[in-house]
Amino acid sequence: MAIQALVLASMLLCAVQAIRSERLLVSALWLAGCSALLGVALALLGAPEVGVIELSVGAGLVTVIFVFAISIAGEEPAAYRSVVPRSLAWVLMTLFFLLLVLLVVPRLVAPALAPQSQSVVRAVWEMRALDTLLQVTLIFCGVLGSLGLLAEPRAAVSAVKGGAP
Amino acid sequence: MSGVSIWSISLVAVFALVMTGLYGLLILRNLIKIVVSLQIFAKGTILIMVVAGGMQGQPGVGSSLAITVIVADTVVTVIALALAIQVRRYCGTLDSRAISSLKR
Repeated sequence: MAIQALVLASMLLCAVQAIRSERLLVSALWLAGCSALLGVALALLGAPEVGVIELSVGAGLVTVIFVFAISIAGEEPAAYRSVVPRSLAWVLMTLFFLLLVLLVVPRLVAPALAPQSQSVVRAVWEMRALDTLLQVTLIFCGVLGSLGLLAEPRAAVSAVKGGAP
Repeated sequence: MSGVSIWSISLVAVFALVMTGLYGLLILRNLIKIVVSLQIFAKGTILIMVVAGGMQGQPGVGSSLAITVIVADTVVTVIALALAIQVRRYCGTLDSRAISSLKR
């Protein structure tokens, strides 16, 4: 349990640093660390399948996409003044926290449902087959959306076409 | 520390992660940093799916929902980053306030 607490505390540190750091690239790297530690924490919680997927997708794929996007968009100082005043932000966060605790905790400490020990594979492919189908569609949409990362402005494309003999 | 279980520690971490992500969403204006905050928010969601499944004795359902959240979150990130790059291309900045200049 000490290991779990250590992993979770390091994950929170990474998350706070990802929000706080001024440079975008540093922020993306802290986020990758947060993902990797979340993968470890999930494995310690007894969900190694989710941990592996989080490690490969969250810490791998998403970080690559972030670095790619930052290299295209260019580094820009993140120090804009926020639109929402900080005091209002803290009030909203307190309200959100109270709502979260009120809605989540009573349901979690309620007596457990009849324990079912079905595997993840069965839950994904039999109980939630429709959701899985929708996920495949969603992945396809994501691939199409990622083309937007590479899309050139129309003027540049026509200039290239016109320039080629 | 006998009364503290692995689940309650994880629950506290979930709350802290979600609040960190929410703070970033409220305060930051750089579009890429907003996506980073959204990612942190989603990580809290992934963790609570697994924690809820474990606490209720149905780890399979919790894990499958967590996988769904990971997939949806990744797709949202990709599309949001593509939009951020297009905003940068058309407005010359990553400031979220610049999006209002796209109105016609």
